[in-house]
Amino acid sequence: MNETVLSRDPAVQPQSPKGAPLLGCRDLGVLRDGRWLIRGVDLDVRRGEIVSIVGPNGGGKTTLIKSLLGIMRPSAGQVTRAAGIRTGYVPQRLAVDRTMPLSVDRLMTLVRRASRAEIVAALAQTGSDHLVDRAVQELSGGEFQRVLIARALLNRPDVLVLDEPVQSVDFTGQVELYRLIASLRDRYDCGVLLVSHDLHVVMRETDRVLCLAGHVCCTGAPGDVSRSPEYTRLFGPTAAETLAIYQHAHDHAHGPAGEIVTGDAHNHFHHHGHED
Amino acid sequence: MLDDFLVRAMVAGIGVALVACPLGCFIVWRRMAYFGDTTAHAALLGVALGILTGVGPTAGVFVITVVVALLLVLFLRIARVAGDTVLGILSHAALSIGLVVLAFMTWVRVDLVGYLFGDVLAVGRSDVYTVIGGAAVVLAVLAAIWRPLVAATVDRDLAKAEGVNVAVMEVVYVLLIAVVVAISMKIVGILLITSLLIIPAAAARGFSRTPERMAVLAAVIGVMAVAGGLGASLRWDTPAGPSIVVAAFALFLVSAAVATALAGARHGNALRGR
Repeated sequence: MNETVLSRDPAVQPQSPKGAPLLGCRDLGVLRDGRWLIRGVDLDVRRGEIVSIVGPNGGGKTTLIKSLLGIMRPSAGQVTRAAGIRTGYVPQRLAVDRTMPLSVDRLMTLVRRASRAEIVAALAQTGSDHLVDRAVQELSGGEFQRVLIARALLNRPDVLVLDEPVQSVDFTGQVELYRLIASLRDRYDCGVLLVSHDLHVVMRETDRVLCLAGHVCCTGAPGDVSRSPEYTRLFGPTAAETLAIYQHAHDHAHGPAGEIVTGDAHNHFHHHGHED
Repeated sequence: MLDDFLVRAMVAGIGVALVACPLGCFIVWRRMAYFGDTTAHAALLGVALGILTGVGPTAGVFVITVVVALLLVLFLRIARVAGDTVLGILSHAALSIGLVVLAFMTWVRVDLVGYLFGDVLAVGRSDVYTVIGGAAVVLAVLAAIWRPLVAATVDRDLAKAEGVNVAVMEVVYVLLIAVVVAISMKIVGILLITSLLIIPAAAARGFSRTPERMAVLAAVIGVMAVAGGLGASLRWDTPAGPSIVVAAFALFLVSAAVATALAGARHGNALRGR
């Protein structure tokens, strides 16, 4: 697989792996209804490392993290977990039925019990301790994400897995959430695996990007945009510090049935039917 | 003490309410009212088969509701039509099959109205013991699986990711519904069991901020409905099941009015507080 990274700024090179591998997979495949949702995926998330998954809709991003977390059973390959590690899962906004009375503190202890003090402390880590007695149905998209992240932190995770954490959040909120996630990586010294909702824009602190369209199309480090005037103008100076551009480096195209057609190195996104 | 039929009916009714209402909360949360209905309607077939095989109506009902409920779970998973359509078909089919089978059994006389709408006078001593035993088992199991079952109800994937065996929880839950149907049949009747499951739960929603509180409140409201309904049934000689449901409905209306008034007052205070 092509590991070439095209960066606008030559000073930014792919960073070396930070720590020991915590969670990952080898040659992972998930077959459902006679179709491979993902196939031949290799991945490692190391301690202190932030990995972003990008890719078109239906490319298997959610399938991949669900397999890693044991929610979906893989059909091929294996999931690798370092012994004794704890994972924290932050799903996309939960659809909690209105008939279900659920306060934030009860959501925090959905599976495991915790004391009130522990709950408030975890919520404080994401700046949402004032929401502790609210009903989850009253929360905004950003508030809900912060509560869900705090919920995952309650178990002191070694790896934090987030599924499109900024999807239902406005632009300013996205910048703040990304900053929060990066700070949690430093505070908890955990690995972070997150699915990005945007094909080209990932969080600035990302160490490695993985583009998934059924298989791993390309991986690499995101380019630095904060020093590029055009992106600073596009995103604003604050946002440019939390976001980064990922330049895809695909060395193959996809045939009509999704089969891989190898060819000269392209830098085109159109082969996968990317929306933007 | 159990010699008095009123005492027997009250003990059995309260026992049923104490388990049916907390379990009914899950029916409300998981939007499974039709599922409960279908399972309950299949009970009549259980009555017929129980008499035919000689194991007795209650055991027959338990076996048939377990089988039907598990088949439903399987069927809903593979069905290509919408779940409510499947259940709508099966619910009435199950009831009709039971009625037809009973009609063929000309050699037994079955108190059909009693099975369909409940019959307090038919609650014997052994029925009371069955209810108490069944209710104790259901409550114990429900308490044991409460937290993981709530987690699986809020979000299956989140619960799975954190180590909850969601499939097992759901099967156990379906088995509990089958037990509740079997023990409530004599009190409220096959046609009305679902209402005892969901009306008290719905009435409790407005006063609850956690699932646990809703379950406890639903049980309290259910006990009130049973006591009120059975009292009215004896006084005015009305059928037991419908009287209990009318009482539950009245409590639901009162609770809805009070909850709305409370929410309005809270809203008003919030506005004035600004």
